[in-house]
Amino acid sequence: MSFVPGQPVTAVVQRIEIQKLRQGNNLILGFSIGGGIDQDPGQNPFSEDKTDKGIYVTRITPGGPADVAGLMMGDKIMQVNGWDMTMVTHDKARKRLTKKNEDVVRLLVTRKSLEEAVKQSMGGFPRP
Amino acid sequence: MEAEDEVLQVLEVCETVEEIKEVIITTIEEDSNTTNSPPVASCGLRTKPSQDDNWGETTTAVTGTSEHSLSQEDIVRITKDLEDSVGLDCRRYFTRTLAVILGLLVFLTPLAFLVLPHLLWPEKLQSCGTACEGLFISVAFKLLILLLAVWALFFRPARAGLPRVFVFRALLAVLVLLFVVSYWLFYGVRILDSQDENYQGIVQYAVSLVDALLFIHYLAIVLLELRQLQPCFSVCVTRSTDGETRHYNLGQLSIQRAALAIIEHYYCDFPVHNPALLSASKSRAAKHLAGLKVYNVDGEFPAAPAEGPGNNAAAGLAHSQSRAMIAAAARRRDTSHNELYYEEAEHERRVRKRKARLVVAVEEAFTHIKRMQEEEQKKAPGDVMDPREAAQAIFPSMARALQKYLRTTKQQHCHSMESIQQHLAFCITNNMTPKAFLESYLTPGPTLQYSRDHWLARQWTLISEASVTSGLKDGSIFLLKCVDFSLVVTSKKIPYIQMSEEYIDPKSHKFVLRLQSETSV
Repeated sequence: MSFVPGQPVTAVVQRIEIQKLRQGNNLILGFSIGGGIDQDPGQNPFSEDKTDKGIYVTRITPGGPADVAGLMMGDKIMQVNGWDMTMVTHDKARKRLTKKNEDVVRLLVTRKSLEEAVKQSMGGFPRP
Repeated sequence: MEAEDEVLQVLEVCETVEEIKEVIITTIEEDSNTTNSPPVASCGLRTKPSQDDNWGETTTAVTGTSEHSLSQEDIVRITKDLEDSVGLDCRRYFTRTLAVILGLLVFLTPLAFLVLPHLLWPEKLQSCGTACEGLFISVAFKLLILLLAVWALFFRPARAGLPRVFVFRALLAVLVLLFVVSYWLFYGVRILDSQDENYQGIVQYAVSLVDALLFIHYLAIVLLELRQLQPCFSVCVTRSTDGETRHYNLGQLSIQRAALAIIEHYYCDFPVHNPALLSASKSRAAKHLAGLKVYNVDGEFPAAPAEGPGNNAAAGLAHSQSRAMIAAAARRRDTSHNELYYEEAEHERRVRKRKARLVVAVEEAFTHIKRMQEEEQKKAPGDVMDPREAAQAIFPSMARALQKYLRTTKQQHCHSMESIQQHLAFCITNNMTPKAFLESYLTPGPTLQYSRDHWLARQWTLISEASVTSGLKDGSIFLLKCVDFSLVVTSKKIPYIQMSEEYIDPKSHKFVLRLQSETSV
């Protein structure tokens, strides 16, 4: 999940689709985000690389739409509906997630266990 | 009141008798241990292990000798003191006369250079023009400045007698002598013999002499005064008896001058040496060794000076004996640390109790007198006292508490009753509070605060492996031995310090907030 400035970022991602839930006048997703390029990356408890300024999922409401869709705490959000989330401010991230005219958000998230799983599965097949 | 008067009387009696007795008592102890005189506490600096603490409250009896007799040891001691003082003074006067002779030679030389042509060949001499007479004024003022400078630098009261000659001064004296002699030689050969008529040249020659002398004086200032100002060595001075340590910074000095500087610092920084405080550790050490005796069961008697293989056997036997003692001492269950702990706690408590009583007594005593105001002076001419009488009036009420406190802290030999009363009168005169009066008794002060017989200023010996006129070096060690203690001095060079610079732009001080928001979506 660490990145080298100037180089393209490679990550194993999972596609998660969350249906927004209507509560009164608001559409909620049921999780909280932290991080952003205007925030202090050193205080992020979920990132491996403490200079990573990406958007991370910090809390999930149990039983909410995100929980139902399979989002987990500590996930790093790479894209929201095609928009990049690796280099955005905190406020921009919030806005992209809470657009009033969208009912569903399709996230690309990455976590450490995904990489592990891929490595394990690839390690089983010796390259020809 | 009566009991206190009695105490006062007893104190006075003992005080006056004590001075004369000190001399006699030591000789009795040294001569024979068979006399049955009770061990009297000596108020001098030689304390004996069994000290009677009640020196102020019991009268003492002197056996055998009368009050004004002297013994052989005293006569030897007195003549030795005389010799020492006369010896040193002889050397001091000798150097002083040498210096005066050299100074006179130096001052009279330019004047002689100027005057001799007028005396010896007045007709041939060219008359002195304006420039030449201007030079007369310059010679006069330069000589005056030289006179003042030499008086300021060299004619100060000597502060010490050092074991070896002061190398820089000797060198400078030789330099000045050579210089003046060479000028005289030149003058004698080129001017007196040939009877030069150019008087202006002669005057300029004299002016050049005075200039050169001023420069030599500048050299003297640099060598004698300025060179040692820049700190170069850090010396650590430890007193061998109780471990008091101080650190000083000294410049480049010879060992004897460094020793002098250290002794002068000793007199104002170190608390006074009190041998009574060391008796406890000595008795503990004696107890450690006293419990064991070595018996040789195998029957071999090691003869003292045996040669060859016999000596080795004797040495081996002595080694094994000491090893056996050490092993036995280690195995023995030693509870002396316990005793030390409780003894010290008890002593601490006792000292604090006596101190509390003393403070209260002194404060109460000070309330009995007050300074008389101007208006009252006309009203009551009767009971007016000067400071000494006032001190004598309030002293009895605090005498007992003070004496008990001094005895508990083992300081009673440092303060005589006379000195206490003098100090009290001094404090009363200067409007000092009781706390200020007590300060000199509660903490041991520097040595100069006490009476002259504690100073021992004439009994310092410098013990050094390197020559005492050689300079101080990194790691040089020497000892300054006084009568009962010595100061161990080690020196370390102050390291060369390399400093680098870092520039900070005042506009570069900028700060940001550490944000960490969490938004729920």
